Amino acid sequence: MIMAINKAEIGMERIDKSRRRFLVSGTTIAGSFLIGLPALSLSKDGDGGLLDGARQIGFFIEINTDGSVIIGSNQPEIGQGVHTALPMLVAEELDVEWSKVSVRQMPLGIVKTEDGYAWKYGGQGVGGSTGLTDNWEFMREVGATARQQLIRAAAARLNVPASSCRTEPGYVLCDAPAGKIPYGDLVAEAARLDMPDKSPPLKEMKDYRIVGKAQNAIDVIDIVTGQARFGIDTIEADMRYAVIARSPYLNGSVRSFDDSKARKVAGVLDVFRIDGPALGEPYLILANGVAVVATSTWAAIKGRKALTVEWDAGPNATDNSDDFWKQNEEMLKSEGQIVIDDGEYEQAMSVADKVVSRQYQVPFVSHQPLEPQNCYAHVREDSCHVIAPTQMPSGASRAAAAVTGLPRENIRVDMTRVGGGFGRRLTNDYVAEACMISQATGWPIKLQWTREDDVKNDFYRPAGLHEMRAGLDSTGKVIAWAQRLASASKYYRRPNMTDERLYQAELYTDDFPRRIVHNMRLEYFHNTIGLPRGSWRAPAHTANAFVIQSFLDEIAHETGQDPLQLRLDLLGEERELEYGNHGGPTFNPGRLSRLIKFVADRIDYGTERPDGCGVGIATHFTFGGYAAHAFEVEVSPQGELSIERIVAAIDCGFAVNPQAVEAQLQGGTIDGISTALGLEITVKDGQVQQSNFHDYPLLRIAALPSAFETHILPYDETPTGVGEMGIPSSAPALTNAIYAATGIRIRRLPIGDQLRQAMAS
Amino acid sequence: MISFKVNSASVSYEGDSDTPLLWVLRDHLQLTGSKYGCGIGQCGACTVHVNGSAQRSCITPVSTVAGQSITTIEGLASADGELHPVQKAWLEIDVPQCGYCQAGQIMATADFLKKYPRPSDQDIDENITNICRCGTYVRIRKAIHRAAELAGSGA
Repeated sequence: MIMAINKAEIGMERIDKSRRRFLVSGTTIAGSFLIGLPALSLSKDGDGGLLDGARQIGFFIEINTDGSVIIGSNQPEIGQGVHTALPMLVAEELDVEWSKVSVRQMPLGIVKTEDGYAWKYGGQGVGGSTGLTDNWEFMREVGATARQQLIRAAAARLNVPASSCRTEPGYVLCDAPAGKIPYGDLVAEAARLDMPDKSPPLKEMKDYRIVGKAQNAIDVIDIVTGQARFGIDTIEADMRYAVIARSPYLNGSVRSFDDSKARKVAGVLDVFRIDGPALGEPYLILANGVAVVATSTWAAIKGRKALTVEWDAGPNATDNSDDFWKQNEEMLKSEGQIVIDDGEYEQAMSVADKVVSRQYQVPFVSHQPLEPQNCYAHVREDSCHVIAPTQMPSGASRAAAAVTGLPRENIRVDMTRVGGGFGRRLTNDYVAEACMISQATGWPIKLQWTREDDVKNDFYRPAGLHEMRAGLDSTGKVIAWAQRLASASKYYRRPNMTDERLYQAELYTDDFPRRIVHNMRLEYFHNTIGLPRGSWRAPAHTANAFVIQSFLDEIAHETGQDPLQLRLDLLGEERELEYGNHGGPTFNPGRLSRLIKFVADRIDYGTERPDGCGVGIATHFTFGGYAAHAFEVEVSPQGELSIERIVAAIDCGFAVNPQAVEAQLQGGTIDGISTALGLEITVKDGQVQQSNFHDYPLLRIAALPSAFETHILPYDETPTGVGEMGIPSSAPALTNAIYAATGIRIRRLPIGDQLRQAMAS
Repeated sequence: MISFKVNSASVSYEGDSDTPLLWVLRDHLQLTGSKYGCGIGQCGACTVHVNGSAQRSCITPVSTVAGQSITTIEGLASADGELHPVQKAWLEIDVPQCGYCQAGQIMATADFLKKYPRPSDQDIDENITNICRCGTYVRIRKAIHRAAELAGSGA
């Protein structure tokens, strides 16, 4: 436990401002050596009394007198392994046994500055697969700096030059005079030393003992014994429980409600209206509704069932998915916003020997993390405490401030372990709701969403209709390329957003085949519907990888080319192409060539399969990382699909924790299959039609083959993120395999019963 | 008042008899290891043992467990703290990602292995229906086989 640390103890005067993120050191009252980011460095007046002493240092490592090491994580754990990967980097350079390391979750840290707010503990938030890449250098520097201080302390004690000392895990060693001092014995002296001006040299990769080696996640013991605390497990003193009856109509509102029966339910304490934002405004919460507060979750749920609400169906009452798709079709008949126009597209198409054109439909889907949304909030007159499972704690702080009007420095946000993110918890609407209810009642409350709430109220992955066009010369080479997309952009209702920029969330303009096919056009049409939209794992990559990798297969089949060879001809050898979207600054298509050749080889791509069996391949570059998939499937004459074999491969540069990389690749692949097979959100008469896992059927284990291999292909010494790379090429590899097996081309997701219907006709 | 046992301790509940066992465990007894996932018996995150058999506590009214003996994830290890073979296998294979569904997966597997001590992949496919949103199924399958080995060797 870290005890109070005063400013003198953490050596504020020794800060080296020349470093991007400077380090400080100090001791705890318990005598441990502490090194980390200064929590108070940006604040003139301390922390305003909101935070206690235990939180005055930011991201930290604490070396205890018994040699154990605690590493604070500023990032939330959503299952991506960040609580393991970042400490591995520190432990490697610090040179301690991995088994001696434990991790503690830090709260949100922000401080008020003259022009807004600044991070106390470095940027906090997980999304876009950046948690590791952003911290790769810094975490190793922290570990190396702490190790150097321990060496200096040992050298001073032994009266020898520091250069004559070295370490082995947990000890400083000296040859002459011979000495071996445990780190735990050196902490007091190490803490008194001046901090160095710059980081000591980092280890060479060949010397790594922890990093690059498979490590189990650090907190699995808590999970398998039921001790891990998720947001839903929050229990605080005097806490009440709340649920909300939200409008079933998109953008609907409460006309009136009768709570007489609800208030008679044992345990129900209060019932009142919750009002959302005006139409077209940025979402603070998703829906208008009626809150029910009770003494237990079940009483609140029962109270909600006993409510009678008359809804105003609102402006989207006639929204229907069928209409949305028809509108997309109509839009594609006109000219949209040309967002990329490389080379001489029209001219190349006019001289093309052959033009191939296809349309693909990608549906709305929902995130559905297995932990439904929930949030604890206690709003007081001058402060607010939020405990939330969130990917974006600063957003939680902003949501609480927007509801309460309190200055953000008076809002404390604690993060719990998160039962799945997938992008859903980048938005903090449930935090705002919880604050509204606590503010209205004065009670500390835990807001609980049911699964039905979660399915019907989400920031769904945008749906779109993609028209692809390719012009080929007489040799079958692609000389012109167009993607025309009509979709409901996720940037809709964003603050400070213009219509001209809506495409940016839907088309990543530098994606393959940009700068490879030189005559290229991207065209966008913005359609709309009442469904809120947001970021869903690997956002637009899931749609665009499906579309592009399906289309490549179709071009190959239509022109008598081999689908693998066509891809290899386009991707070519290794070279760095400019890539201005997230995950840049460059994209090396040769790394995709290597991966797709590898998975094709593993699955015996060239081997003839019996009738009803087939192999499909796909590859995609996602936010800086590279992946490829090969699937082998069998489809029965009745249209029953059986996935026989899966080969997945990733090139994430350097795999910091291969065990976690493998997990993300497996999980991403399965997410891709699950979504492609059966997941879709549809709207009828202004209402979401799905409600729970019976009609939004997440994949179960039986759908997966025993033959499921994952491969990590090392590339260089720079790690990329891995949380999203495994998903985009999974679905098109599956549907390409279905085509190879049956001749049935899936151009509309999800696959649903299309195979059974096609086989029947 | 409804009385029953949870992890060998006698407990009682005075609220509504239709309250699902899950919410009694979580809100009333503050045993939060069993998770709420769907409320309709679809996902299995709430799986506990009722007299040794896996049951989905979100659709189990507390009135139906009067006089019965419940085991939750918190009580799966033996009294001396030694982990159950399924927990050991989950640790060894490093199954969890977000971890939210895993208590239910473990409780379902612990009961399944009593009926199928050396399960085939097909046995797993036909009997393990819990949902994992992170897609840890590859490791779940591996860990089920490993747990069967550990249990078989008396570990």
